[in-house]
Amino acid sequence: MTATAERPAAAAPSAADDLSDRLRRASEYFAIPLLALVVSALLFSAFLLALGRSPVEFFDLMWRGGFGSAFSWQNTLQRAAPLVLTALCVAIPARIGLVIIGGEGALVLGGFAAAVIAVPLLGVAPAPVLLAIMALAAMAMGALWIGLAGALRHSRGVNETISSLLLTYIAIAVMYFFVEGALRDPRSLNKPATVPIGAENMLGTIPGTDIHWGLATGAAAAVLLQVLMSRTTFGFAARITGGNPRAARAQGLPVGTLTIACAMIAGACAGLAGFFEVATVHGSANGSLVAGYGFTGILVSFLARHTPLAVIPVAVLFGGIAAAGGLVQRRMGLPDATVLLLQGFIFVVLLASETLYGRLAWFRGGDRA
Amino acid sequence: MSAELLTVLFAMIGGAIRVSTPFLFVSLGECLTEKAGRINLGLEGTLVLGAMVAYMTSYETGSPWAGVAAAAAAGFLLGGLHGALCSLPKVNDVAVGIALMTFGTGVAFFFGKPYIQPAAPRLPGIPLADWTGSPALADALKVNPLFFVGIVLAFAMAWAFRNTRVGLVVRTTGDSAPAARAMGISVDGVRLLATAAGGALAGIGGSFLSLYYPGSWNEALSSGQGLMAVALVIFARWDPVRCFVAALLFGAAGAIGPALQSINITQGYYFFNAAPYILTLLIMVSSGRVRHAQHGMPGELSVSK
Repeated sequence: MTATAERPAAAAPSAADDLSDRLRRASEYFAIPLLALVVSALLFSAFLLALGRSPVEFFDLMWRGGFGSAFSWQNTLQRAAPLVLTALCVAIPARIGLVIIGGEGALVLGGFAAAVIAVPLLGVAPAPVLLAIMALAAMAMGALWIGLAGALRHSRGVNETISSLLLTYIAIAVMYFFVEGALRDPRSLNKPATVPIGAENMLGTIPGTDIHWGLATGAAAAVLLQVLMSRTTFGFAARITGGNPRAARAQGLPVGTLTIACAMIAGACAGLAGFFEVATVHGSANGSLVAGYGFTGILVSFLARHTPLAVIPVAVLFGGIAAAGGLVQRRMGLPDATVLLLQGFIFVVLLASETLYGRLAWFRGGDRA
Repeated sequence: MSAELLTVLFAMIGGAIRVSTPFLFVSLGECLTEKAGRINLGLEGTLVLGAMVAYMTSYETGSPWAGVAAAAAAGFLLGGLHGALCSLPKVNDVAVGIALMTFGTGVAFFFGKPYIQPAAPRLPGIPLADWTGSPALADALKVNPLFFVGIVLAFAMAWAFRNTRVGLVVRTTGDSAPAARAMGISVDGVRLLATAAGGALAGIGGSFLSLYYPGSWNEALSSGQGLMAVALVIFARWDPVRCFVAALLFGAAGAIGPALQSINITQGYYFFNAAPYILTLLIMVSSGRVRHAQHGMPGELSVSK
């Protein structure tokens, strides 16, 4: 990747040149994360070789378990749905300069709120109404939870990265406290859970298609938030604040409102992920809500460069990796933490690759020196 | 009733000493790193990795102290990785910390799987109160040598920051990178070493978890202690001796749940388990934007900007 396009310095740029130039610059944001993925796959292969395992077998199983058949695709998309939403929980605050890593807590409490609010309504409200109320409760709960981290950041200068993760531990404790205590369904013997919402109220696929509601909603949310952050006054103000809070304040932008609003949108997304986990998979709030989607979402958002639209394909990729975990575990006898370790490799290499931006001459081809 | 109260009190004191030791080591490590101007949020991962490596080494060699040394080495390497990555231009230290949380935990869980069942030799405790004849007191005051090492280290670090050339170099690097460069100090070099050494201390903290209290290796061993220790350093205003006091406070908060369990109060077990997190959050809120709280804060630190 060296400088290939030498252009006469004085030539006026034509429209076509200008477009190709812009494309070339934009391609940097695809190429470098992709390169990071390839490098981390190579490093992980070397790691497997050092353990005497076959990387070919590993990636073949990854492919088959994640994307190789209709069944594995279904499994993958099922996992991608919460990942899209938890990644949005990282991506939106990142635009305003907040590093929020507490999506797991908002997911858990969102799912908990959805399951709890459903209990008195069971048999009273018809399924669509019930599900709508559950979804709203989950979003409100998530918005409140991450909004708290945003508010503390703004009013008290509390570091939001640490506070949001602390809130996650608190959220998990709150969920267990009620699920194993006051709100426990007496029929849940071995695994404490709230009263199940019942099979008739569970959310399936969109009628006439095989598309999972959670994934469709997640994708719609990603598109909406992409528009919000890149095409509206709100998004513009948020990005200015993220770039330079002092300048934003000098311009009279409502920095506090923007900060808290972004945090609340983020929390609502993660809370919604919790709702879908309850409404499509678990049917009640229980320990299975703590599945690490919130943490994988952090990596998804970083890999997508905190761009809502890019979150969708990256979430599908990581949904596939997670879905293949079981197959790899069974066939190769590797521990279940293999997926976590692979994610760690990718995360570390990805952040190291940040240093490449602006350094590769090819992407700067059009610079008039 | 008073007997029960006494039991709780002893359990709290003993618990505070036991629970605070990993906090102490991680916060001293983080203090060193932050004094040099970087923040390492990945110490949670280091703590878990240290715990696993210590347990594995202790099991394989039969010597728990070899486990402590191995944990320190593993922490040193992970901290060094953080330091090296952050030396690259445009790489953000907070983000690398989050990545290393995942990476450290991933490595620990990957290699730690076979060691969940077997029992490894554990670190000994020093009986300080056997002469009293009170089993509760004797149990509470059976103190691990690492606790004393940590106290000595805290005072030694505070002294070294004030009085030695190395301390001055670290502080200058943390307060103003340009000033350090003008003195001919390699800023990235100092930060790399400070982060690696900080990681080694966090690794020792991890070894305490698996080799003394709770004293076994499993995947739920650490839940946020590494992260709380980072918040604790802010609370302690980057002073190693205050880190020690804060660690004791956190230890006491963490000991509430088990102490109440010792007299069969299990109601609200999860609530008391959440106490240290809530305490951390409250402390961060109260010491947030108060001017004097920032006294002693390294000028180069990104976390409180």
